[in-house]
Amino acid sequence: MRTLEQTTQEILDLASKHFNVPTGTLSPDDDFFKKLGIDSLQTLEMLSRLENHFGIELPDYEVHGVSDFRTLASRIQSRL
Amino acid sequence: MLDLAKYQSVGAALKDALDQFANEVCLIEADRDREKERLTYRQFQERAHPLAKALQYGGFSAADRASIIMTNQSKWLISAYAVFFTGGVLVPLDYKLTPEEQWQLLKHSAAKVLITEYPIWRQLSASQGRAGAADLRTVLVTEAPANADLSGAHRWEDFRSTAAQPTFVPRERQDLACLVYSSGTGGRAKGCMMTHENYLEQCVALTSIYPFWPGVRYLSILPTNHAIDFMVGFFGPFTCGAAVVHLRTLRPEYVREAFSKYKITYVSLVPLVLKNLQKGLQARFNELPSGKRKALNALIAINQAFTKSHPRLGLSRRLLKQVHEPFGGELRAIIVGGAFTEPQTLQFFYDLGIPVANGYGLTEAGTAITVNDLRPFRADTVGKPLPGMEVCILNPTADGIGEVSVRSKTVMSGYLNDPELTAETIVDGWLLTGDLGRFDPHGHLQLFGRKKNMIVTEEGKNIYPEDIESVFESLPVKEFCVFAANYIWPERSMVGEQLLLALHLEPGQTFTEDLRRDISARNNKLLNYKRIHGIVLYDSDFPRTASMKIKRNVLAEQLAQLDRAKAFLPL
Repeated sequence: MRTLEQTTQEILDLASKHFNVPTGTLSPDDDFFKKLGIDSLQTLEMLSRLENHFGIELPDYEVHGVSDFRTLASRIQSRL
Repeated sequence: MLDLAKYQSVGAALKDALDQFANEVCLIEADRDREKERLTYRQFQERAHPLAKALQYGGFSAADRASIIMTNQSKWLISAYAVFFTGGVLVPLDYKLTPEEQWQLLKHSAAKVLITEYPIWRQLSASQGRAGAADLRTVLVTEAPANADLSGAHRWEDFRSTAAQPTFVPRERQDLACLVYSSGTGGRAKGCMMTHENYLEQCVALTSIYPFWPGVRYLSILPTNHAIDFMVGFFGPFTCGAAVVHLRTLRPEYVREAFSKYKITYVSLVPLVLKNLQKGLQARFNELPSGKRKALNALIAINQAFTKSHPRLGLSRRLLKQVHEPFGGELRAIIVGGAFTEPQTLQFFYDLGIPVANGYGLTEAGTAITVNDLRPFRADTVGKPLPGMEVCILNPTADGIGEVSVRSKTVMSGYLNDPELTAETIVDGWLLTGDLGRFDPHGHLQLFGRKKNMIVTEEGKNIYPEDIESVFESLPVKEFCVFAANYIWPERSMVGEQLLLALHLEPGQTFTEDLRRDISARNNKLLNYKRIHGIVLYDSDFPRTASMKIKRNVLAEQLAQLDRAKAFLPL
């Protein structure tokens, strides 16, 4: 079982890769809309990647209103 | 289609539709790639009537208000029908609002019943906003886990009475059908009072140009609380015997799959999603080998030549099979609404033989005011007024641009509990839209920015500055005020609209990095589409009324004297 820290780090790594951002430039409290310059649709695409990676299903309502990696990680962690 | 001229109410029309089209499929609900539900009109009625009866047993009666806060799904429409059947007034609220905002509107609407989903109720019931919601007597929650704490709510699935048939409660055309909030979550609530006549007339006007019939499948993606989806994703298709397809996720991959899986006929999208589709198609085209790309361009050119005067769907589908097949091959039009769409995006799809029904409207006017009738297709306008709409341009400047105003049976009767705002908005029967436009020689309306202090995002969200100001309360400055940048420095554009925070610092105070960080942190508490984009520093006292309210229009005029390029500090 992953720890929350591990989950968070894996999310940051995946987001860096998906949006071509140098590894290490993203941090847990970053607002991903702002930091990555993405819109709500791109966020949904990112979520699909994360679901595949973690092998879970994350309903849209679970991530509604979430804009930082830390909160996203906790929502994912609760479903692992 | 039912002859809606004969009907007095939304409920009466829907009731007859359920009988007339009993064996047709009316609803399909899918979660990702799994189909969860497929109902005929008869089965829909069988689900709705026990709910209607249980509502009646619970004391819900004519003119009582019931709110729905749900994502797009079959239970939204079943619940709405039950409310109309029992003579109630529907209050559709946006599930994306915060719980505090939802409580604020529930209280303002005096809703007696709330129908919602478990994840939403979990947040609502934990919110402090719940205190003082004295009118709310019954809460129905869908899809709650078996051992869930419902905090006083009932399970939607169990709230039914099969002991007897419910009694249909007739309503008159001028009675209230829905209370639709166009804004006002943070400030002055704008509850648009929509009558049964508003919906009946709008439906007749829209379906005269974009008809539905049994066998048509409408993909419902826009939230059903939105005026467009309520009309073309519920009332319109139901009164014509068509089917509505709901997806429980908006992941682009499943939306794409739904087109071909369910052979979609119509879909409504906001500009953001339409542009995303365009981007995807463009990327696909760019990946084609040079020869195939040239062949595709040639076919597009042929399609352009043959569809100049009007769409030829059959021809376009044959010519551009590789484009149309992923859309299911049955798509007749994409309805785009909620915000302004850039002409090049509209043209892109039309050139591929996929007409985009571009239009213009606002909740207060009963959804759509103008729509592109595609004869011929015009990407540079928002179309011509719908049948039954009188549209005029007030106080036009020398170039013909003025405020768009509308008179029609589809215009709301007013704002709930706000006669003052109603009187400012509807003058001598004309609804003043606050949008600037002009008619071209062919009778098409073109839009040129706004007169009102608000923005509309590409996701179709209307954001009023007053609604987000509370997040900046107690900011360590002398005074502040949020504005739409376009309201201060009009640009005659409907895209790329931004919000700004005007700041008046204390005497001797300077704009420090700490202050910027404080503003950013507060800004980030807002949903991403509600955030301000920049700051403007102003070194005079804000003009105020006798009751010390900021005179926004006067302050805007004063700020307009500043050079935007220098004054606007991006956040």
